[in-house]
Amino acid sequence: MTTTGHPGHQTQTGNQSVPDATGHFGIYGGSFAPEALTAALDELTEQYLAAQADPEFQAELARLLRDYAGRPTLITEVPRFAAEAGGGRVFLKREDLAHTGSHKINNVLGQALLTRRMGKTRVIAETGAGQHGVATATACALFGLDCVVYMGEEDTRRQALNVSRMRMLGAEVVPVRSGSQTLKDAMNEAFRDWVASVDNTHYCIGSVGGPHPFPMMVRDFQRIIGVEAREQLLAQVGRLPDAVVACVGGGSNAIGIFHAFVPDTGVQLIGCEAGGEGPEPGRNAATLSSGSAGVLHGMRTFLLQDDEGQTLPTHSISAGLDYPGVGPEHVWLRETGRASYRAITDAQALDGFSVLCRTEGIIPALESSHALAGALQLGRELGPDGLLLVNLSGRGDKDVATVSERLGLL
Amino acid sequence: MTTPATPATPATPGTPAAPLSPVAQAFEKAASEQRAAVVGYLPAGFPSVDGAITAAVAMAESGVDVLEIGLPYSDPLIDGPVIQEAVHAALTNGTHVGDVLRTVEAATAAGVPTLVMTYWNPIDHYGVAAFARDLAAAGGAGLITPDLPPEEAGPWIEASDRYGLDRVFLVAPSSTRERIQTVTAVCRGFVYAASLMGITGTRATVSDQAAGLVSKVRDYTRLPVAVGLGVRDGAQAAQVAGFADGVIVGTAFVQRLLNAPSPDEGIAAVRALAADLAAGARAGSQAAHASPAAPSPAASPAAAANPAAAAGS
Repeated sequence: MTTTGHPGHQTQTGNQSVPDATGHFGIYGGSFAPEALTAALDELTEQYLAAQADPEFQAELARLLRDYAGRPTLITEVPRFAAEAGGGRVFLKREDLAHTGSHKINNVLGQALLTRRMGKTRVIAETGAGQHGVATATACALFGLDCVVYMGEEDTRRQALNVSRMRMLGAEVVPVRSGSQTLKDAMNEAFRDWVASVDNTHYCIGSVGGPHPFPMMVRDFQRIIGVEAREQLLAQVGRLPDAVVACVGGGSNAIGIFHAFVPDTGVQLIGCEAGGEGPEPGRNAATLSSGSAGVLHGMRTFLLQDDEGQTLPTHSISAGLDYPGVGPEHVWLRETGRASYRAITDAQALDGFSVLCRTEGIIPALESSHALAGALQLGRELGPDGLLLVNLSGRGDKDVATVSERLGLL
Repeated sequence: MTTPATPATPATPGTPAAPLSPVAQAFEKAASEQRAAVVGYLPAGFPSVDGAITAAVAMAESGVDVLEIGLPYSDPLIDGPVIQEAVHAALTNGTHVGDVLRTVEAATAAGVPTLVMTYWNPIDHYGVAAFARDLAAAGGAGLITPDLPPEEAGPWIEASDRYGLDRVFLVAPSSTRERIQTVTAVCRGFVYAASLMGITGTRATVSDQAAGLVSKVRDYTRLPVAVGLGVRDGAQAAQVAGFADGVIVGTAFVQRLLNAPSPDEGIAAVRALAADLAAGARAGSQAAHASPAAPSPAASPAAAANPAAAAGS
């Protein structure tokens, strides 16, 4: 298998290395983009690989991550939470403390630098919870780029705080009224914009999905999460965790924290999908748990689809996980047995949310609450000798209204 | 339905000895009559399965040379609002793949070679070989695949060879020469040249990128080249016919059906548009033959003078 990219950034499992030169993770990934975008995707791949090998680009990105985004983010041990989770030790990787309040800033700063390198002046993005939209609007303000964010109309209602933040930052937010009015439809609309605007516009995809090179590139920009956490944990505890836990919608924070641990075969990698209201079709967004192979948004991956390949509606309490697909590398990690995935229901996620708030004084995003609920399960499975690392991918300010309503706090 | 003929050896595109497909024959016939072929698109299931069949047959009877039947899909990534609305209605009405094949069968029976235009996932999910088999059995001529690059098309290339189906891939104004070579090498039937960078929908004027793209494509293939995206009337069809072998029109037909106060008026409007396009495709082509040096022999003063008239897409 041929490889591209920075050799240190390939995912190695045994003697396999992904993705290949055309973006395949096993049979997943690749590029199913309209021909109009092929030239731009090829240019992006070329420029990205050149940037990876360019010490100046790397130094500029490292400076931004340190001085602007606030990296490295902390790891925080949460003993009172751990007491509820089987009595072992639990550490949170604090992406909620990164600038803009989630891990999304890591990827966006990289892509904004690339946008400038390609001489483009306009950036478009899709967003579900609004965290990627806010991060993109932030980077565009910083770099003086025009910014348009597509967001499903339903999501603009349930994540209204982030809509205001994006507009304050100078971005245009376009509510998308087609289809289910959530993240998938926002992505459709962003692709429609890009096909017509690709000459001067970069599409800053926020997750490890889409056509090649996005799944590889976004992973590489996010893998700093796991690289830092691995070093921090070894320094503080002196050993690797038994399991690394993260929520998975498209899967960028999960790939980000998993990637550095992939060669550590003794470390379980556990992704927590949106189980919504249960396993019935249309009531969840648990793609790996309930989906099947297919092609959407430029990639071959797992999808929630009906028996004729039509995308199913999805549901999750968390807008950021409410997506019928998943990044292709996650499918590959599962098929090779390196990672496993479980569905966490809305109710379990709310429980994870509440436990962290009350035991540790940290308000997590509803997306990250799925990982916390997974940690409560896993901690109990591992018992008092367990050591867990959980990616706290974002903070919960944006979810205050949703949670208040669900838990009757108003 | 008849059992599809399976060629003993795969047909090789571009080989002079290979028999012409029905679509290629339709282009050849149009060329022999000194006119561009008119390729018309409609999604199956809109306004209903039978309504779409009636409209497709009306198009076939009114001057359309090749039909594209759209397979309705939940995520039409490169379609504008008009086709999105029609496809959404088709899916809401409960249109299934079987209905698409039935529409193909009826359109073919009306005497016009019929391709299916489809996003890739429904075919992938059905099974590429099974779909090719069932499409051939329904009399279908092949597929137009806007989100399937040749690099990912291995199973479809194999299945289309096996069942003697055309495979139409797209080139775009942004395509490099190398890409055009790659794409045209696997095309069969015709090459679909997207006239502009954008989604489906009518435009006030024909993109000035289209003629240059067609000319580049001709450096790499002897297949007919048809131009789509943005064409809405006979005047624009005439412009395109000045440099291309075919004119592809979709949104304008769908718009006629969407706007019609009654089904019968919709069919009448579709017939009128097909006739207008056919007349334009003839006039533009003959003007180009009469004065091959003229770059834009049938420029549309109406369209050029009134750019604000761009239909709502």
